[in-house]
Parts: sequence; C-alpha cells; structure tokens
Amino acid sequence: MRTLTYWQAISEATVQCMAADESIFIAGEGVDDIKGTFGTTKEAFARFGPNRVIDVPNSENATAGFAVGAAAGGMRPLLIHTRADFMFLALDPLVNLAAKWRYMYGGDKGGVPVVTRGVVGRGWGQGATHSQSPHATFAHYAGLHVAAPASPADAKGLLVQALTGDTPVVLVENRNLYPLTGEVPAEASGIPFGVGRIARRGGDVTVVATSLMVHEAERAAGQLAERGISVEVVDVRSLRPLDDRIICESVAKTGRLVVADTSWARYGFSAEVAAVVAENIPEALTAPVRRLALPDSPAPVSWPLEEAFHPGAGGIVEACLRLCGQAPGELPALADVAAGFQGPY
Amino acid sequence: MTSGRTRLLRDMVRIRVVEETLADHYRDEQEMRTPTHFSIGQEATAVGVCAATDTRDWVYTAHRSHAPYLAKGGDLKAMVAELYGKQAGCSHGRGGSIHLIDRAAGFAGSAAILGEMIPVAVGTAWAFARGGEARAAVTFFGDGATEEGVFAESLNLAAVRRAPVLFVCENNLYSISSPIGARQPAGPTIRDRAEAAGVTAVQVDGNDVFAVHEAARTALRHCREGSGPYLLELATYRWREHVGPGFDHGDGQGYRPAAETEAWIARCPIVRAADVLREQDPGIDRTVAEWRALFGDEIRGAIAYAKEQPFPDVAALLDGAYQPVPR
Repeated sequence: MRTLTYWQAISEATVQCMAADESIFIAGEGVDDIKGTFGTTKEAFARFGPNRVIDVPNSENATAGFAVGAAAGGMRPLLIHTRADFMFLALDPLVNLAAKWRYMYGGDKGGVPVVTRGVVGRGWGQGATHSQSPHATFAHYAGLHVAAPASPADAKGLLVQALTGDTPVVLVENRNLYPLTGEVPAEASGIPFGVGRIARRGGDVTVVATSLMVHEAERAAGQLAERGISVEVVDVRSLRPLDDRIICESVAKTGRLVVADTSWARYGFSAEVAAVVAENIPEALTAPVRRLALPDSPAPVSWPLEEAFHPGAGGIVEACLRLCGQAPGELPALADVAAGFQGPY
Repeated sequence: MTSGRTRLLRDMVRIRVVEETLADHYRDEQEMRTPTHFSIGQEATAVGVCAATDTRDWVYTAHRSHAPYLAKGGDLKAMVAELYGKQAGCSHGRGGSIHLIDRAAGFAGSAAILGEMIPVAVGTAWAFARGGEARAAVTFFGDGATEEGVFAESLNLAAVRRAPVLFVCENNLYSISSPIGARQPAGPTIRDRAEAAGVTAVQVDGNDVFAVHEAARTALRHCREGSGPYLLELATYRWREHVGPGFDHGDGQGYRPAAETEAWIARCPIVRAADVLREQDPGIDRTVAEWRALFGDEIRGAIAYAKEQPFPDVAALLDGAYQPVPR
C-alpha cells in the first residue's frame, strides 16, 4: 500500500468526500490561505474554490452556530480551528445545540452533523492558550463523537466517517503528527467511532494512549523490550464512544495499566480509562493504575519549563518500569516525537 | 386586503386564548413540568412576521416560543402534548416548552440560551441561498440577546455573506427583571447597531400588527431578492412574569412600575387591531367574541387530548442521543 503523511491523508479524505458530496463545505479562519491549514485544506481550496472552502470572520461562536443552521438546512459543514483553544468560543453551539439537536427535538427530526477539526499541540513556546487539547472537554457530552487519530490511516478513516455520518464530531489533531507517514488506503472508507486498535502487542503492561501519545508509547515499548518488558499499546482512536472492550481485554491479560494523555489527568481521558477498568475488571489489576498526563498548571513558554511540562516516551518508560518492580534510570533518555519541531512557531 | 388584516387579528386572538388558557392550567394543575415563557401581550410581533413568511421559510426562536410556533402554523395539539411531557409532543417529551419544532410548518426550532438561534438562522439562510432558493430564515430573539457577543458576530457574518436572514428583535424592555436601561447605553438603539454592522434595519411599533406585517413583508422581499440580511426592532411588552403564568407588576412585586405595565396593557395589540378593523367592520367585536369561544374549545380539546396521551417509554430514554446508539 502507498504511504502518505498524516496531513496528506486528511487532505485526501477531505477532497474525496467533497467530490462525492456537494453538501460538504469547509469553514474556518484562513482555511484558504497559502499554508492551507498545515496543508490539509490546500488541495480542497484549489479544487473547489472559495464557495466551498470559506474564510470566515473571527467569530468562532457565530461560525459554529452558522454551521448548525447550515446542517439543519441540509449542508455538511467541516469547521477548522488551527488552534483548538479557540474552540472554547464555540462551546455553546457545539455543546448546547449540535450535541443535543436530534435528542431534544424528539429524535426523529434529523441531527446536525457538524464536523469540527481542532489542531492541538506544542510547537515552541505556544504556552497556556495555544497548545491545549480539549478532547476530554468535548468527550464529556452525550451526542458528540470525539476522536484523536494517531496514524495517517486513522486520520483519513475517521474524517471520512465523520463526513458521512449523522452525528456531530470533534476531531483533535496533534500538529506534531502532520509529517508522520504511514500506509493509507486509496479509497475513502470510514473507520467506525468507538473501535480501538492494538498498536503493539505485548503481555506485561498495557499502555492506553491517544493521539501523539500512541507514538510515544510505541517508542517507550521498544526501549522496554530491551529490558525484557513486553508492552501492549492500545490506541483508542476515539474517546467518545470509547472502546471499553479493547481496553479491558488488554488489561485482563497484562494486569498492569498506564494511561498516557496529552492533557490533564483530573476528570480527563486517563481518569475515564481508569474508571472503565475499575468498573469492569477490578480484580485484573496486579498493580495500581499509573496516569501520565500534564502537570496541574497551564502550559509554560520558557524552553526548559516546556520540556518539563509535556509528557513523553521517557515518562512512559519510567511508569512501566515502576509497575513491573524495576528501577528506572538506567536507560538512555528518549527524545519526544515533538522534539524534532522546527520553527518559527 | 381586509380579509388578510382580519386574519392577523384572528391569529392573535387564537394565540392569546391558547396562552391564557395554558397559563391557568399551568398554575392550577402543576402538570406541565416545563419552564414556560408566555408571549401574552406580544402577539403582534409573532403574527405580523410569520404571516409574511412562506411555508418554505424557516423560523427559529428563543425561549419565548409559543406565539411564533403557533403563528407559523405549528401543530397546537403537538405543542400542548409537549408541555405535558407526552410522547405525542412535537419533541416527544424530550424538549419541553423551550425546544419546540414543527418542520412541516417551517418552525425549525426554539432554544433557550440567549442568542444561540441567531447564527443558526444565518447558516440556514445561507444554505437556502446557496441552493439557489428564494427562501429566507427568520430568527426571533429579545432585547437581552442583543447583549450577547454572538449577536454582533451574527450581524457581521450575515452581512458579509449576504445571507437572506430576517432578524426579529422583540424588544420588551426587560431581561427577566433587569431593565434595558441598566444593560444598554442610551443612544444607539438595537436598530442602530444592526445598521452599523451593515444590516438593513428598521424600528417598528411591535404592538401594531399591521405595521409589523408590512415591515416584515418588505424585509422578506429584501431577503429573497438577494439584498442581504434585514433586522426588525419591534417595541413590545410582556404582560406576565418572565417565566411562568403569573402577573408580576402588582404592589411590592416589582421590578417594573405597575403604571408602566398597565399603560402597555392598554396598548393591547388585539384591542388596537380591532379598533382599526371596526371602522370597516362594525361587527368585529362580535366576531372576536366568537373566535374566543371557538379557540377556547380548541385549546381545551388540545389539553384534554394531551392529558390522555401516554408519557414516553422509559426504555426509550437514550433514543435519539446517537444514531446509531453507540456500544
């Protein structure tokens, strides 16, 4: 199979879906500019032009409400935020309307399948309000689907699913994943929400991860293999619905659970995964659950603070070693996937 | 023309009788367990505007939804069943008074967060225009909603995309108990702010159903011709409390002077319309009395129907949250 980068896979999914369905349009600030949202909207703009790839005013609230109304009128909006932090300005239409529309009007009047892509993640010095990942915020609300694809194939498949489904969707894309390559099917086939995948098989520790942390977990697993520890990496792919079964089957096998996330632990993705295990298979755990997440502060800017703030493969290695009763510190430090980032932002 | 004007009065009388009867039952029975915002006293805005729409135009509203729903032709029995929380309700008991819908009539939905249906109507209007259809979307909201940021955002967005949307501001001077003077500066009106954003806008006496209707016809023609969005600022007044069936202007209750409320009640849109029509039709008062009896029977029948209907099946609690329901 041919390989594509993560951004190319998103672009391809977008173009294929827009070619197949004239009701799909893109709306976002600067989606038509020369950079084309990290390249992901460039081909769509070249092919479909400004009537379907629409630069909108700096009005996240109204634009999301506009998308709800367009969807009610039969359109399929794809909203894009190049900094997901701005999605907090769109919370009301997405949470109070899109998520609830079908239900609160009785279930039989149709939904409003608004798809929102939010770009997250550290570049350099993005700081407190330009690098947050709001996946848990949106995943809290019934009526939405929320996914954070880690691979190019999943980035394509989940976007195709979103643009052909009936449910409003929030897709979180870590910007550090855009250059990663992987095999991607040529056809536009959807990947169902709520179905995780085993990114790496193993028997001693389960690492449940999402988005960028899947790659950090795989790198950690490679190093831990040298210490004789076999790590199973579960990529949940979607946070809502969450694939409880794949998580529990893995933990039932390994008896040990590390959850790795790019956001905070409290009330977040890692809390939810721990709760799923505690509710379903409490007897399976042979050691306490470990959560690898952001420290309880906003994101800092200064380089060394930023390095200390973001979790990565090294932290996963350490957590797994401790769960297996081994002392950390004897392995060479791993650079994070994001460490290769080049400026200027 | 006369028959059209008579129809406007008739529609207002129907809404008044329906809401007064519902308010009595709401208070006495305690069975409509849904926060209910009555439009009593504001019927001219809903009727004047909705009568100017086509069935294919869509109307969205905020929480004060009954009058526009009925004026747009929404099914009365389905609305009343919704208030009683029944499966036969227009939203099958999932929405309540603030989440009404009747797509067949072109009533596209009401919602309760201030201002949130304003951009929704812009999006629907844009979708209509994009499909090459001469249809408009209408959105009703109060003066309070114009303080929300999304109002300003929506005016700008509608203007820049030339969306065929009609913004209808029912300025009833109060946001719950807070007077407009405490919330908005003297000087620029809501109409002025719309105009500054590039939206054609006029102020109209919102208790004059004929004036409202004429203004709405002009506005909708403007929208359908592709001339962009339009705003009507309609001065009116709600007679009852913000939410619930009672009056709240009596001694010691008040955030608003009793004399003010009484002056607005004296400017009743139904009385004023009848006064106008009486010049041509001396028998109008008898006709109104007949309508009151007729619509009284209709709403009592709808209430009886709603009470007989079953509640939703609890086993269907999750239905509609997802389709398909997730594992």
